[in-house]
This record gives sequence, C-alpha cells and structure tokens, in this order.
Amino acid sequence: MNTFRRSIIKLLLASSAVTAASLLGVRTAFAAVWNKTGFESKSSSDALKTLGVSAPTASRDIQITAPEIAENGAQVPITVTSKIPNTQNISIVVDKNPFPLSSTFEFSSGAESYVSTRLKMGQTSNVIAVIKADGKYYTATKEVKVTIGGCGG
Amino acid sequence: MAEPMKIRAKMEGDAADVKVLMSHPMETGQRKNEKGELVPVHFIQSVIATHNGKTVLDVQWSQAVSRNPFLGFRVKGAKAGDKITINWTDTAGDKSSIDTTVAA
Repeated sequence: MNTFRRSIIKLLLASSAVTAASLLGVRTAFAAVWNKTGFESKSSSDALKTLGVSAPTASRDIQITAPEIAENGAQVPITVTSKIPNTQNISIVVDKNPFPLSSTFEFSSGAESYVSTRLKMGQTSNVIAVIKADGKYYTATKEVKVTIGGCGG
Repeated sequence: MAEPMKIRAKMEGDAADVKVLMSHPMETGQRKNEKGELVPVHFIQSVIATHNGKTVLDVQWSQAVSRNPFLGFRVKGAKAGDKITINWTDTAGDKSSIDTTVAA
C-alpha cells in the first residue's frame, strides 16, 4: 500500500478514535479515558491533534489571566474564561514545556466555561488556551515570563 | 497525601464559586531526591466534580499541574444548600474525595 493511502487511513482511524472517545466522555458518569498520547506529546501541535483540534480560530472571547512575570515557575496561577456560547471544554497548553499539554477541562450540566488552576512552567512560554464550542475550536495565547523554571530536575 | 482536601463553595451572583485545594506531590518524574535518585512520576490524572450528583466538570491533568493542586470552577444555577463533591484519581490508582454544601 503506498504511503499516501496509509496516511489517509491513519488519519481516518485517528479521527474516529477521537470521536468515540469524546462520545464516551460526555455521557457517562465516569471520567473520560486519560489522553495519554496527548499528555505525552512533545510538541503543542501534536498534543492538539490528539484533542481533534484542527484550524482553531483566534478568539477575543477567551480570556487568559496569568502573571506577566511568574517568579516561581513551579506555581503559576492560570485562569481561563470563555465567553463563547456552548463551550464544551478548555485545554491549556504550555508551549515550551517538555510536554506541552497540561490539562483539559470538560464542562456539563451548568458548569460555567471558566477554570482556575496552577501550572508548572519550565521557562518563559506562551500559554495557549484551546476551547471547543459547538464542535468548533477557538484559541487564545498569552505569554508568561518565568524567572525560575518549575519543571524540576 | 499529607492533608485532606480543602473545599469552599459559595454563592456569587447566580453561580456557586468553588475553590478546591488538593494535597498531592504531583511528581513529574524529573526531580531527584536527597540521595540523587529520580523520584518516580506520581500525579493526579483525573478529577470529577459533581453538583447534586450530576457531573459538572471532568478534568484531566498531567504532571505539569503544580504540587498541591488548586482547582477553581463555577456552577451556574446552583443554590445555597446544594451539594458539591470532588473525586480525584492519581497515577498510582489512589483516590480521594470530599464534599461540601454551597454556602449562601
């Protein structure tokens, strides 16, 4: 089988796996299956592919609150608010981290499209919020400067 | 898990504002202990928050979330007296949970 056909089949399989996983995640009382491939991806683009993100639209309706300069890279407070209607989930990617995908948050039954948490950042990096709303993807970015990196080691 | 989770849920406008502080080392697997040995990976992977029994938030975390993780979220349409529960599971299969009542 030639390489082109093989890559198309791979793409179809990958997208159906993502669809199956997201169907499972939304309707059961149990946690969605942990996105191992995504969390172990070494680049932001690979990580986003595992989330099924394609061609996200930059949006001003996503607000990322984070310090301009994080003194302690081990504890960087990040808040993401999405004003996009029917926001389904928020993912947070720290572009320069060894494993950029840091967290995903799936909303249902009245949860507001807002999350606040604290992340480790290895160095100054863009923090990228990716929102899925009505099946479409949107993104916003904020650069956070880090004086002392927080990834350990 | 040195200390139990702390949670506070309070009405703010028409939403319950919930803040949770979990106790967990969130080891990345990159850190070395005093003996120079690598401390193995050990972090909370999954957190589920429910409001009156219904799942409102399904969270997946990596080792990039800070030690003693903090989680803040809001539930629209909640009322004082409603029940919020938090359940987490980590890479070692350990679990912890806490529940609280939304304060006015």
